[in-house]
Amino acid sequence: MSEKKVISSDLDEARLLEEYLLEAVAKFGFGEADVFAIKLSLEEGFVNAIRHGNQNDPAKQLTVTWEIDENAATFCIADDGEGFVPEVVPDPTTAENRLRPCGRGLMLMRAYMDEVTYNDRGNEIRMVKRKNKSGTRMKNE
Amino acid sequence: MAQENAKMKIAQVDGVTVVVLADQKILDEVSIAKIGNDLGKLITPDGKPKIVVNFENVTNMSSSALGMLITLHKRVREAGGQLRLSNIQPTISEVFKITRLDEIFQICRDQNEAIASIGS
Repeated sequence: MSEKKVISSDLDEARLLEEYLLEAVAKFGFGEADVFAIKLSLEEGFVNAIRHGNQNDPAKQLTVTWEIDENAATFCIADDGEGFVPEVVPDPTTAENRLRPCGRGLMLMRAYMDEVTYNDRGNEIRMVKRKNKSGTRMKNE
Repeated sequence: MAQENAKMKIAQVDGVTVVVLADQKILDEVSIAKIGNDLGKLITPDGKPKIVVNFENVTNMSSSALGMLITLHKRVREAGGQLRLSNIQPTISEVFKITRLDEIFQICRDQNEAIASIGS
């Protein structure tokens, strides 16, 4: 199953799409742990794209594409923003950053998804979750 | 005295304010803001707040929700109070561990343990 949808910079709209995607993932037999991981990562991806990428500008859009099959779920979220450099996002787990109220979204996506990459411009994220057949959550457990 | 709204139930137990989050999914921005605002109101200028936040109904989490909890933690600390988190399900507990926020928050297995751990 692969599709594409363009949505506005609206979290409610993003959340509706998120629910649709999660239903699709469940239909392909992804377990609870995988669905949790995908849900969290999609949420972070949408919020980042809307809030940071599109600066909450209602005139800007997100282009979301996905491919889901029996083995893996791949999601791409592209915003209309200028992009950014993922490598400069500070580590939120350090002592100096741990009490900051923000800055954990990218880290969580990387922890829960098997692959997280950005395009060169930095305005499109691609996330892959391979179906976990063992029942455990973490890719590096 | 107990209070209730759609997002939480608040009760006083042995001098501790116990907040049971009612929302399964504290993910959306409006919910997070409302919960943060309501929890913030528990920090009154005339006392050292003693707060337990019970997560037994919470099955999803987001970085925004973590940010809200961090803000609460800092405000409680500045007010000379104590904050405990309790009844966190394993999947949510992992989020705290991954972000190393389990080293910031005092997390208890259950509500009774949390209440007992708060000093007078």
